[in-house]
Amino acid sequence: MLGPNGAGKSTLILTLLGFYPIARGTARVLGHGIRRHTKQVSALVGYMPENDSFIADMTAVSFVRMMGELSGLPAGPALERAHEVLFYVGLGEARYRKLGTYSVGMKQMVKLAQAIVHGPRLLILDEPTNGLDPSARRRMIRLIRDIRDSSQMHVLLCSHLLRDVEEICEDVLILKQGRIVHYANLARERSVNQRFVEIETSDDHAGLAEALTEIGCRCTAHGSRRLRMLLPDDFDLREIYRVAAKQDLPLRRLNYRRDTLEDIFLAAMEA
Amino acid sequence: MAVYKQTYKDYNGPRTTPWFRFFILSRYSYARLFQSKFLVLFLAVCMFYPLGCAVFIYLSHNIPLLTALRLRSGGMPPVDGQFFNVYCVVQGALAFLLTTLVGPSLVAPDLANGAMSLYLSRPFSRTQYVAGKMTILLLLLSLITWVPGIVLYLIQAGCAGWDWARVHVWLAGSILLGLWVWIVVLSLIALALSAWVKWKIAAGALILAVFFAGAGFGAVINNVTRTHYGAFIDLMQVVRTVWSDLFRDGSRAALSVAEAWAVLGVTCALCLWLLARRVRAFEVVK
Repeated sequence: MLGPNGAGKSTLILTLLGFYPIARGTARVLGHGIRRHTKQVSALVGYMPENDSFIADMTAVSFVRMMGELSGLPAGPALERAHEVLFYVGLGEARYRKLGTYSVGMKQMVKLAQAIVHGPRLLILDEPTNGLDPSARRRMIRLIRDIRDSSQMHVLLCSHLLRDVEEICEDVLILKQGRIVHYANLARERSVNQRFVEIETSDDHAGLAEALTEIGCRCTAHGSRRLRMLLPDDFDLREIYRVAAKQDLPLRRLNYRRDTLEDIFLAAMEA
Repeated sequence: MAVYKQTYKDYNGPRTTPWFRFFILSRYSYARLFQSKFLVLFLAVCMFYPLGCAVFIYLSHNIPLLTALRLRSGGMPPVDGQFFNVYCVVQGALAFLLTTLVGPSLVAPDLANGAMSLYLSRPFSRTQYVAGKMTILLLLLSLITWVPGIVLYLIQAGCAGWDWARVHVWLAGSILLGLWVWIVVLSLIALALSAWVKWKIAAGALILAVFFAGAGFGAVINNVTRTHYGAFIDLMQVVRTVWSDLFRDGSRAALSVAEAWAVLGVTCALCLWLLARRVRAFEVVK
């Protein structure tokens, strides 16, 4: 879930979790309506909040164990899971230290550990890489991807960092002023945009554009030496080289123009 | 499996019933509280007076021992309503001190550290949260108030015979009701103030202020206005009025019994309202 600051990302998450009352409308989480079945929803969800959330005078293992028990795990399995998830997030050696002594990065990891200790079916992450240095950020993203790939868990990531979303998510929902302005499957979006090609020639390309239009490409000129085109389906890229060779026009550069998530985001914001 | 090779695994084991989950909070809080040697020492000190009372009851029924100690059995005060009223005043004061020690650290740190969103994003309600936190105080305060009180009643019943127990069964009821009311009021005030100020030290100071400043202001209001309205904000006096009535003490009080019960009811309602307002995962800003 993407959006600028104040778009309503966190508000939507908190409403889904039942923290805010619903003014109107409804929503379902894993088949359960959030108005009537708040407890069922919260039993299936693991939530990692954006803000600092911990109990300073507890050790990490007690804290995660308690959160596991509050989610319904019996005391024994909760302790076992607490150790497992703390090792998993890389806090195995520090698990008997009090949370008040943890660094920002470690607190983020503990928040992730408490969110997954009970094996939820939906993991909601609100700005999980906030305050992390580059290596900690990479570790966090690797963990989230591993969780996504190695379990039955769905991941809902809420962020304004496009790179995080691009690395973790399959689908993207863009919010603006509390409304959905764009919904896209990133893989499909990428495959569509692979049919965009940009060409730079060493000379005027008027003839080339004409010839390419004749074989089905839709061309637009960007300056006298740059050409942007949308290729038809099943178009063999080598045709471009053949046409250019016929016209004795050297190509200086040819590249697929791929809309980045940033382009998608900016387009959605301008819409 | 080597630790560095660990991957995430789902949990498919058993789940507990939601009804008693609030005890989890109490359990973890006790584990933390009893790490404090001061608290353990204070709890031990709280048992001195009941122990003294037990010795007194035993002595007052043991004529040979009294004779050996050259004491007259007729000179011993009787074990009656007034005896248990005094017991309630002493143990009630100790319960108040214990509340100021334990109460502020129950809710304030959770709110200050933003932990409420972690509790309430689980299948765990605000009511369960308050119940769990309140249970901590209710059990601790019970340990130094009505539990030893009932034990004293049973010792007296054992020494004086079951006829005495049958005639004075109302004493057991008064001990239970009087002290339960007090510990519920104390617990609610402690939780509400702790939730209100979100700061342990300030919450402790506020609890003290509610009782001592309340008594002080109450006296000032009474003297200035020449009425008894100041007694309404003196919770110590209010509860003593209730106890005097329950133990048929007969001493005069500024408040009527109905007024005293009404003040306690309003206090509890205010505390519950404050808790309902403050114990939330996030504050809704309008």
